[in-house]
Amino acid sequence: MIVQIQGSKQTGKKYWRSLEELADTTQFKQWVAQEFPATAEDAADGNSRRKFLNIMAASMGLAGLTACRRPEEHILPYSKSIEEQIPGVPLRYASVFSLGTRAQGLVVESSDGRPTKIEGNPQHPNSLGAASGFAQASVLCLYDPDRSRSVLEGGKASKWETFSESLKAQNWGDGSGLRVLSQAVNSPTLSALRAEILTKYPKSAWVEYEPINEDTLLAGSALAFGQRLRPVYDLEKAKVILSLDSDFLLHDSPGLEATRGYAKGRRNAEGLSRLYVAESNYSITGAQADHRLRLKPSEVLGFASDLAREAGALPQGLKILGQNDKFGKWTKSVAKDLLENKGSAVVIAGARQPAEVHAIAALLNQIIGAIGSTVNYIKHERESMSAGVTKLSEDLTAGIVKTVVILGGNPAYDAPAHTNLAANLKKASVIHLGYEVNETAKLAGWHIPEAHYLESWGDALCDGVASIQQPLIEPMFGGKSAIEVAALLAGLSPKGFELVKSHWKLDDKSWRKALHDGVIASAKDDFVKVVADPKRVDAAVSAAPKLVSGMEVAFFPSATAYDGRFANNGWLQETPDPMLKLVWDNAGIISPKTAKVLAVENGDMLAITVAGKTASVPAMILPGHADETVSVTLGYGRKEIGRVGKDVGVDVYPIRANAGMGFSAAQIVKGSGHHNLVTTQEHFSMEARPIVREAKVEDYHHHKNFATHEDEEIEQYSIYGYHEYDKGNQWGLVVDLNSCVGCNACITACQAENNIPIVGKDQVERGREMHWIRLDRYFSSTSEDENHVASEDPQVVYQPMACQQCETAPCESVCPVAATNHSPEGLNDMAYNRCVGTRYCANNCPFKVRRFNYLNWHKDMEESTKMVFNPNVTVRMRGIMEKCTYCVQRVQEAKIQAKVEGRRDLRDGEIKTACQQTCPAEAITFGNINDPNSAVSKLKKNDLNYGLLKELNLKPRTSYLAKLRNPNPELA
Amino acid sequence: MAQQLTQEIEEKDRLALAEMNQPLILGNPSYHDVTRVVSEIVEVRTPKIWYMALALTGGITAILGSMLAYLVWNGIGVWGNNSPVGWGWDITNFVFWIGIGHAGTLISAILFLFRQKWRTSINRFAEAMTLFAVACAGIYPAFHVGRPWRAYWLFPIPIADHGMWQNFRSPLEWDVFAVSTYATVSLLFWFVGLIPDLAILRDRATTKIRRTIYGVLSLGWRSSSTHWKNYEKAYTILAGISTPLVLSVHTIVSFDFAVAILPGWHTTIFPPYFVAGAIFSGFAMVVTLMVIARWVFKVEHIVTMKHLENMCKVMVATGTIVGYAYATEMFIAWYSGNPYEQFTFINRATGPYYWAYWIMISCNVLSPQLFWFKRMRTSIPVMFVVSIIVNIGMWFERFVIIATSLHRDFLPSSWGYFHPTIVDILTFFGTFGLFLTLFLLFLRFLPMIAVQEVKGTMAAEKH
Repeated sequence: MIVQIQGSKQTGKKYWRSLEELADTTQFKQWVAQEFPATAEDAADGNSRRKFLNIMAASMGLAGLTACRRPEEHILPYSKSIEEQIPGVPLRYASVFSLGTRAQGLVVESSDGRPTKIEGNPQHPNSLGAASGFAQASVLCLYDPDRSRSVLEGGKASKWETFSESLKAQNWGDGSGLRVLSQAVNSPTLSALRAEILTKYPKSAWVEYEPINEDTLLAGSALAFGQRLRPVYDLEKAKVILSLDSDFLLHDSPGLEATRGYAKGRRNAEGLSRLYVAESNYSITGAQADHRLRLKPSEVLGFASDLAREAGALPQGLKILGQNDKFGKWTKSVAKDLLENKGSAVVIAGARQPAEVHAIAALLNQIIGAIGSTVNYIKHERESMSAGVTKLSEDLTAGIVKTVVILGGNPAYDAPAHTNLAANLKKASVIHLGYEVNETAKLAGWHIPEAHYLESWGDALCDGVASIQQPLIEPMFGGKSAIEVAALLAGLSPKGFELVKSHWKLDDKSWRKALHDGVIASAKDDFVKVVADPKRVDAAVSAAPKLVSGMEVAFFPSATAYDGRFANNGWLQETPDPMLKLVWDNAGIISPKTAKVLAVENGDMLAITVAGKTASVPAMILPGHADETVSVTLGYGRKEIGRVGKDVGVDVYPIRANAGMGFSAAQIVKGSGHHNLVTTQEHFSMEARPIVREAKVEDYHHHKNFATHEDEEIEQYSIYGYHEYDKGNQWGLVVDLNSCVGCNACITACQAENNIPIVGKDQVERGREMHWIRLDRYFSSTSEDENHVASEDPQVVYQPMACQQCETAPCESVCPVAATNHSPEGLNDMAYNRCVGTRYCANNCPFKVRRFNYLNWHKDMEESTKMVFNPNVTVRMRGIMEKCTYCVQRVQEAKIQAKVEGRRDLRDGEIKTACQQTCPAEAITFGNINDPNSAVSKLKKNDLNYGLLKELNLKPRTSYLAKLRNPNPELA
Repeated sequence: MAQQLTQEIEEKDRLALAEMNQPLILGNPSYHDVTRVVSEIVEVRTPKIWYMALALTGGITAILGSMLAYLVWNGIGVWGNNSPVGWGWDITNFVFWIGIGHAGTLISAILFLFRQKWRTSINRFAEAMTLFAVACAGIYPAFHVGRPWRAYWLFPIPIADHGMWQNFRSPLEWDVFAVSTYATVSLLFWFVGLIPDLAILRDRATTKIRRTIYGVLSLGWRSSSTHWKNYEKAYTILAGISTPLVLSVHTIVSFDFAVAILPGWHTTIFPPYFVAGAIFSGFAMVVTLMVIARWVFKVEHIVTMKHLENMCKVMVATGTIVGYAYATEMFIAWYSGNPYEQFTFINRATGPYYWAYWIMISCNVLSPQLFWFKRMRTSIPVMFVVSIIVNIGMWFERFVIIATSLHRDFLPSSWGYFHPTIVDILTFFGTFGLFLTLFLLFLRFLPMIAVQEVKGTMAAEKH
């Protein structure tokens, strides 16, 4: 049965707040009319904000959902059950998540009407079944109690109807005083609405702005090919990869397919790919490198130019620069390696680098035969965002612009510093659609709460693949989408669903298929055939600004807050930075040598001055970082934000101006003061212990069992006897350290799946973080002394560390109340309600993966946030121990399903742990080790397979595949 | 036959006493004098100073109570415990207090069985100390659990909510039995020893209330020879039961660590090392308290320098055993060739907790060496200071074992550090309040010296 919402005439998925709404009684209408404005009035009074939140949270808890608690007198049974809904069984819907200029196809799990878990859509080429940490965490944003909850007119609560009336009453004439400033328009529907608005108001302008954008990439392709193109890489085919300051495994790739392809190329010891990285900051891509060259960001152009000339791709190159021996060995060897692997090599340039570097990369790709093989180009007509927002600011200063409609985002916070946009916006009347009452909303005459992508209809096109954004829940706080506001501006009916559906003009069957698959097959664009012009590039490179000596500052998206939009997301704030392991802060990353020159230690403030503006950033020393360079992450130091992001980190946007959106020359001196930086891992040397085992691939060919040859075989006598684990399902897991890139997606997936709480900076400092998976990061020196980490150029290895499910688990024998025991399937189970919390098990765990609830982490949790909980996993109270269970709830679910289908055995791969499912690198394999044909059994027979701490006779069920590196003998 | 044997033993005792050159009781008091001196302490009008002292210690006990309430209300997070240091001051203090208790049982049981008559002047006092120390120790295992209202699940009582047994493989479960048995037997032993003295107080009582209470407590003791016969038998049996407990309690406490796989914990030397350490700290505590008590209550002629000197000798012996254990641990870490074990011990002495390690070594190994010299071990100020230093050192020993082993174990990625919070500190401080409060009550209401036993010693000396 599909119930029609009043006023909606379309078929498809419907959402309602309560049965009263379905019935549309007058009582309900009165209630809605009274409830929200009345309490919203309260909000104006700062003192009662908390009370307001309580009331709002409670009322949403009562009204928002089909499955939540309502006042007793309103409880009614379903007279007919909802189609497809089986109580307790989650439903999954395909949708799409846009972030910046990219989009990932998702499958969203809905538990009794609440979206609870984000997973990748296997059919979407940008996600391939995986989901990034941002996508995983976006579900928490949906329930953020600090979201904007009401239309505001001059800061006072108003109504959507009042706003739409006032908008209709506006007369903009030819639109010369009207500007629309939106986030990246990935949505074809919004794109069409933009065209309509521009037709209606021919003199108006629509500017897209994202602080993390691809301006230089598109300009680079325009320089090389004469048209704006975006490269799409196929790294699985690549045998040699060169990254020119590109963090393609985390920030600089349109989707997760780069990680997937790269990981596939690293998995097979025969024909292992080789990765060269030339970069300033130590990125996770750099951690994967077989050879890594530390360069100041401005030196990358010289290096690329030298390399291109060496490879014959660029006739001249930089005449003054690069003609030196600084990179001589590198340019020769890398050029040779690239040319020797014609057709299976690729060069990738990073978003921070100027257009010339992207153009050189295109030339190199052309000469090494990459184009058409490892890289293809696709049309990407997007204007320069920095130029657009600069022009807007100029128009504002000139007084031309009367009204700015801001569709999403926070330009007052993140616009380039030279535009002075926040001040200039005061000169016009601003209408702001936003997810939170942020810095921009504070400047706006009208603020409209924006609907979350899980609440609103939309679509997204990324690299030629289109998907429909399908909502799973009625807007919790009455938000509107950018499409709806744009439609209102265009004079159309602001109904998201109708706008999207009519845009795609699909017949009913294709529409249903598009919704079901999450991908619209017919919309796929073809790759364009291109030829790069070396002369034009050469001319541009010669004219490029010359290298200057001195300090530089480079800007990076935050792995947690991104550009600032996730700053109020606790899951992300508490996810450690992949390289620094820093939480709840950003920092200015410097090399040990630069730290010495500046006389700073971790946490000492650095004063970074660019074009007269200074930002004060706490220093963090990272071995392997380029000297004379500070890398800073964007997205922190938000002023107008909810409770989570308040006073977290420092804002570096004030020193990020047009000329240096990627990096720029800067004056850097030691500032005054100290800031306490908190990390989840304090010790980075392996102390010469065989924890992460690693070898060069050629050594491996001579010495296949290097990973285990030092393990002692010990058969110890047990007075209790060993359990028999040779029957039925015996769960095991293998982590391939060659594939794992350390991207953190598994941490967030685990957090969402297993209801893992966040504890805050102070508690992380006390060592009480709750993550069930740690991504251990170790430095290993490339010098002779393996034990020393003081090396300037250390290598980095990652190791995901969760409960190893030891067969002879030391935690089990010491628990006095037998709260942790082994299951017949080999899982180390926790009986939460039996645990009294002696912590003896954690003390006796050699991996220290058990997590104790030292305090009640849910004490101050708002009702709305509680909706994110996975109903299949117990929420643990304070005073008890918890840890990874191999997602036992998923194991049970699959077993029940098999039983329902009358199967005795589970199929291999039928159960995926949350971490495994979201891993873009497919580094994690879970399954039955008792089945010799299962994927996990086969991996456990691999030469590289090893278990940790074998001498303790633990018999861990989790094992690792040792890491192989493939260095170029010429560079060794 | 038995009579002959008893005579022989007494003969030996006398010879042993003669060897000591010094009488155990000075000034040749009469039996009545002994009775009067000890009984009057509890019979005189309560001195003002006692009230003031009680107010002080009671106040400190109130701090303990409020800290525990705060802990139960908020969770273990109010302490400094973390991951990887799951046990911090809680178990350190537990082992510290349990250790202190050991001297009492040793003095009352083992020295009794070995007919060390010099014990009689100090055994009551030491036994009381045992009980109060165990009471302080018992707070920690009960309150250090995450859900203290479920701490009773550690006892195999049939009403336990889950209808399941405890895990008898867990050393912590053994601990439950060891400590509760120890507390029960110590209490019984103490009480049985008190009965004849309670009867003295009953007989000397001038008010009805005193007569009634002491009358009930003395269980109708009439000093008949049948009573004495039964008493001696019961006392000997309880001494026999207590004796293995002296060894077993701290052995089992040490199993909490020795049975775990953690480097720095997983060592077979722990049982004797812990027992020696416990006796060491226990004697130090008896000396600290006795020096004050004999001066305050003017019983220097009953608790003589001989007693104190003997205790100092025990301290130098056990302190040296402890020092030997430290050296053995280091040697075995090197000799084992186990890199984790080696790292742990190098880290103890040179890592972030080096200061705790060297405090431990100086207090426990170096300071008692002074007692090789008779002048030192007969000097009240020296023994008072050293006994306090020894207890500081023994607290650090437990802290070093627990915190330094936990803070850096197998995987360097999980390494951390432990910082105590103000709640940790005040809770520990508060346990001293409880200990001293119980002591003040003991001194006020019960005979602090075993009157009847001292008389027995005097008899042995005279004949």
